[in-house]
Order: sequence, then structure tokens, then C-alpha cells
Amino acid sequence: MILPLTFQDVSFELGGIRLIKDLNCTLEAGPRTMILGANGAGKSLFLRLCHGLIRPTTGRVLWQGAKGRDPADAQAMVFQRPVMLRRSVAANVEYALKLRGMAAAERRAAVEDALGHTGLRRLADNPARVLSTGEQQKLALARAWALQPEVLFLDEPTANLDPAATHAVEQIINAIDAAGARIVMTTHDLGQARRLGDEVMFLNRGRLLEKALAERFFSEPENDLAQAFLKGELLWWQRGRGNLKRKPPKQRRQ
Amino acid sequence: MTDFSDAFGAAMGLVLGFDADLAEIVGLSLRVSFLAVAIATAVGLPVGAAIALYRFPGRAALLVAMNALMGLPPVVVGLIVYLTLSHAGPLGVFELLFTPAAMIIAQVLLVTPIIAALTRQVIEDLWVEYEEQLRSLGAGPGRAVPALLWDGRYSLLTAVLAGFGRASAEVGAVMIVGGNIDHVTRVMTTAIALEVSKGDLALALGLGIVLMALSLSVNGAAFALKEAAESRLG
Amino acid sequence: MKRLMTGMAMVLGALVYAAHGAGPAAAETFIAVASTTSTQNSGLYDYILPRFTTKTGITVRVIAVGTGQAVRLARNGDADVLFVHHKASEEKFVADGFGIRRFDVMVNDFVLLGPESDPAVVGGEEDIAEALSKIAGAKAAFASRGDDSGTHKKELSLWKASGADPKAASGSWYRETGAGMGATLNTASAMNAYVLTDRATWLKFSNKGALKILVEGDKRLFNHYGIILVNPKRHPHVKVKEAQAFIDWVLGAEGQAAIGAYRIEGRQAFFPNAGR
Repeated sequence: MILPLTFQDVSFELGGIRLIKDLNCTLEAGPRTMILGANGAGKSLFLRLCHGLIRPTTGRVLWQGAKGRDPADAQAMVFQRPVMLRRSVAANVEYALKLRGMAAAERRAAVEDALGHTGLRRLADNPARVLSTGEQQKLALARAWALQPEVLFLDEPTANLDPAATHAVEQIINAIDAAGARIVMTTHDLGQARRLGDEVMFLNRGRLLEKALAERFFSEPENDLAQAFLKGELLWWQRGRGNLKRKPPKQRRQ
Repeated sequence: MTDFSDAFGAAMGLVLGFDADLAEIVGLSLRVSFLAVAIATAVGLPVGAAIALYRFPGRAALLVAMNALMGLPPVVVGLIVYLTLSHAGPLGVFELLFTPAAMIIAQVLLVTPIIAALTRQVIEDLWVEYEEQLRSLGAGPGRAVPALLWDGRYSLLTAVLAGFGRASAEVGAVMIVGGNIDHVTRVMTTAIALEVSKGDLALALGLGIVLMALSLSVNGAAFALKEAAESRLG
Repeated sequence: MKRLMTGMAMVLGALVYAAHGAGPAAAETFIAVASTTSTQNSGLYDYILPRFTTKTGITVRVIAVGTGQAVRLARNGDADVLFVHHKASEEKFVADGFGIRRFDVMVNDFVLLGPESDPAVVGGEEDIAEALSKIAGAKAAFASRGDDSGTHKKELSLWKASGADPKAASGSWYRETGAGMGATLNTASAMNAYVLTDRATWLKFSNKGALKILVEGDKRLFNHYGIILVNPKRHPHVKVKEAQAFIDWVLGAEGQAAIGAYRIEGRQAFFPNAGR
């Protein structure tokens, strides 16, 4: 069990600019977390810090325990643009399993399983690159599912998809959650956040402004920037406002 | 103009007459260049991939040098290999001079930078696209190399064909280290040079046409292979 | 990555092994003879060498390069026999200890070629030095090999005899190609220039253009060939037995007869003179 994941005073700096500022939070096992915020708020950076693709400049990102699995082995990530190797649909899933050291016979079964769950079985031998974006994203999910991760990170997975594909992807995410993986996802789509989320983290300009259960966040957000965000107002002119009077971001009552 | 029509006539005559000497020369040319390109590929692919994926001090200088080596003058390489393999040189004891092996060595030196430099560019571009996803799946640069090489296979094939073009077309290196010895180290390009030096320009041009036809065939075969593979695997 | 490297190393090893085998059977007995392109291009070797091989079973591999390069090859021990046509270089080769002894083999001659128009009016001249002096005076185009070969050295010695200094005019009417006889002939043919060449190469040359023989017969135009065994004390790997067999044959009755019997366009090209 690698959860909970804890951020301790994490900051991330690039080119002299702090893009993530003093972030503290804990992600427990269980709830599906939606990460919201305007463009440039740091949602994608936060996800990458969780997944280990980038290292914090200061502070620590801690997984629960070394007992059982290596944290890296127990996670998977799906990106906004699906990245597929130049080979067949099935081979793309199999590649991920090969990297994890799974034996050949086991792999075949796992691939079949994953493709079946995502409705891609009939496309198994097709070149992955000629699939539509929606199908490629489903393939990315199939690949992630086959790894049986404890945590699945998703970075705006449906941003480039039409409503039908979006719906299909959301179904698959629900299924993966039901199968036991913990979902952490960024999205621009407030409706989607409402549909899928159990809890919400609201980021603005690299700071975590609010973390709350979804129901409460959508009905009565505490932070005024969050309120403005939900109302659909643009936040570009609110530089620092709504933040200065508040105490440094800490865990609020869950 | 008569030289050109004479040349075509000469070329046709040689090929259709299944001239035995020509067949021997063509056979040796292909053996030398194919082997040289194969060895250069075995060395150049991993070296190019490694330079693409790893950062180390002096990398920029190495990169520039590798690109510059693509333009190595064949005659200079020939000279260096001669001095090395000569009995007056360090490796003379192996008696490799004036044998096809020496020609292969020289061509390996010429072709490897081409394949390495082009591989580096291909793999670097692919890594930009794939890095995050591959790292997410647990493949850092080292483990990702085979997947990257396979994914870039069509671009890399072009790099290999560029190498083959260089090998089969050069005369400076193989002339010096091979000696253009009849039935031993005479290849298409040195045969052409010989006919030019004898003033038999039509025959030289005819041989040149045969050489170009050979190159066309190799590239045509590679293209067909690629098309077939692409339709199957994508 | 490690598996990939191991795999590629194995492939590499297999290829290098295969490459070494690419070529004639290793069991073949052969010697390497460093000679010149003009001798090779005359076709003499294609005529006489098979006779030697049939008799002794030894294959002769001729490496045909410029005289300077041939001497260098022999000095480095990359050939077993030196067979060129520049007495001074050959004698120095022996004096420096790289060769055992120089033997006369055969003689052919040089001829002065020129355009039909003959701007310097040298056609029929019997004195080669006089002819060259006229060419310098007329500043007529002259193509030189400029490559330190036997032919080139002969040419320079003749210029000296004529009193003219063509080097000063290098780039204007005196054109140094820095190339072999064939390439220089091609250039001369295209430029309609005068050029000095050995008769055998000229007879065999297929791109004569508008050039013809204008001066011949002067005693100074004779070209002497010498054969030398590379000194095994300097280069222990030299195939002494086989190389000596070749030298003996060339200097013996059979070889000399074969040399004398070789015809280009019906004319004798080389005149055997061993032992004289």
C-alpha cells in the first residue's frame, strides 16, 4: 500500500520563477480527487510532482511505505495527448507489461483483459497510430489499467475529445476506480469534475487554495477565488487578491 | 554526345553479356559495402542513441564533431587506414593491407559517423515526444533505447541507406587501402577510375551506369520492404 | 540497454569474422609487386603474368600506383618486389638498404605528343631538349603529371636539358595535373596541350582526341625499368622464395621472351634488356 501521499512544504522553481509555492497536502486512499484551477495554476506540475516525473526544488513528496511495492511500480499516468508507440494496439499494452517484468503468458492474458474492458479488442492488431484520438486515449487507459496501479494520475484526459469519446473515457475511469485504483485527475471541465469527483483541490498561481469534499466545494467554496472560478469568471486580474488576507494554505477541515 | 551513347551501349553489353569480370567486381563491391554498412550500423545506432539520450560534459563538442565527421574525405580516411595497416605501421602484422578487409575497415570509418549522427537526431526528436510517457511506464533513457530505435525504424532505415550510398560511391579510400588489384580488391568505383585513366571513357561511364542501377535496386528493395512493413505494423 | 549492447557486439563480431573471409581463398600463394600505373595500363602484366602463374602456381598481385607511391610502399614493406622505371629512385632504394639489388629488365621509350595544329612547331624535331625549348618560347600549353612519378622526373630532367624553367609558368601554359598518366592524357587531350608520355600507354589509350606523336627517338627519351627484391632483413615477412622466383623468371629467358613478344596495335612496346 503506497498511499497516503504527502506533500511537505513543496515548492518547484524553473528559470528562477516559483511555479509551485509552499504546497502542503495529503492524498489518502479512497476518494477520487479532481484538481481544478485556471491555466498556469500549476495543476499539471502538481500531477507530475506526485508521479515523480519532476522533483521538487524544496520540500518533500512522500509515499507511505517501502513495504510491498516500489511506489513507482504502483502508479500509472495518462496524459492529455496519448503517446503511442509505432506498433499494434495490443503491442502497446504489452510493452508496458514487459517493462514491469511480467512473463509472456501472463502478459497475453492481461492484454486481452485490458483491451476487453476498454472495448478495443477488435482493434488489437491495428497500428495504434491510425486510431482516432478517442480510441488512442482509451488505449492509454487500457495500458494503464493492465498495470493494475494503486494510483492513476490523469492530466486532462478528455480535453481533446468529443462528448461521445469523453463519456466513454469517463466510464472507463469509473471502472478503474471500481477495480481498486485511486484516481487523481486534473480537468478544466467543471461538469466532469462534478460527475467524477469525490474531493476537489483548487490551485491558483502555484498555491493550493482549497481542498474540500466535492459536494461542499461546488455548493459553498470558502476561498473567494474559487468562488469566482466556479462562477466562470476569469481570474487573470485577481493577482494575489483573495489570498493575502488568508493565512498560509494549510489543511482545512476535510 | 557520342560518349554517352557509347556508354549506354557499353553498359548494356556488359550486363547482357554477363561479363564474368563485371560480375566478380559487382559481387565484391556489394560484399564490401554491405558488410561495412552492417558493422557501421551495429556501432552507430547505439552510439547515436546514447548521445541523444544522455547528458555528459563535452556532449556539445562531441555532437558537433560527429556531424562534421559525416564529411570525412574518403581519401584521407584511406591514407590513415593505410598508415595504420602498413607494415611500417602499428597493425601491419595482421597483413590486412590490400585485402577486402582493409576496404571494409576504411568504409566502416566513413559510414559510422553518418549513421551515428542521423540516429542521434532521430532518437533525440523521438525522446522529446515520448520521454514523459516512457518514464511514467518505468523506462528511463537506458531501457527506452530498443523501443526508440524500433519506433524510429523508418527514419533510421533512411540513415542506413545514406550510409550505403556513401560506401558504394566512394573511391578514394578503397583505392589506397585496396590497391585496385585485379580479382582481389577491384570494385566498381576503382574499376571506373581505372578505365578513366586508360582513356576508355565510354566503358567507364557504362560501369558508372551499372553502379547507379545497383544503387537504385538496393534503394528500391528497401522502399518496398518499408511499404510492406508499414502496411502491416504501422 | 545492456542486452542490446551485448547483442550488437555479437553481431559485430560475426560480421568482422565474415568480413575477413571476404576475398580470394586464403590458401592462394601470392606475392605483392609495387609497380606503376603506366606499366599496368599498357597491358603488359595482363600478358606476361598468367604465363608465370601457370608455370609456378604463384599469383602476382600488382599494386599499380605512381612511382613515388610504389617506392614508398616497398620501403614500408607492403610489397615483396619493386618494379618501376626510375633508376635514381631505385638505386637510392637499394643504397638505403630497403632492396637487395637492382636488375635491368626492359626498356621502353617516351614520346612527345602534341595537338595537330602544333603551335610551337616541334613536329619531326629530333632533339627533345630543343623541342621543349621551343614550346617554352611559344608559351604553348603543356600538361605535366606533376606527381613525382618516373615519367614526371624524366620530364623534369628533359626541361633542365632544354634550359627552360616551366615551374615559373605553372598555372599559365604549364599545367601540372598532379595525376596519373591516363588522367594527364585526358587533360592534355581536352586542352590540346603538349604532353610527354611513355609509348606503351599512348598506344593503349582510347581517348586520343586530336593529339599525335610529334617527337620521338631521342636517346634521352629511353625509359629503363628495374626490378628489386625488398630486403627481408628490413622486412622479415617478405615472401623471399616466391618473390625471387618471380624475379628469376622475369630476368630469365621465358620472361624476357614474353616481354619482347607483347604487342600493342601490332607494335612492340617493351624491349627486354636483362643482363646487358
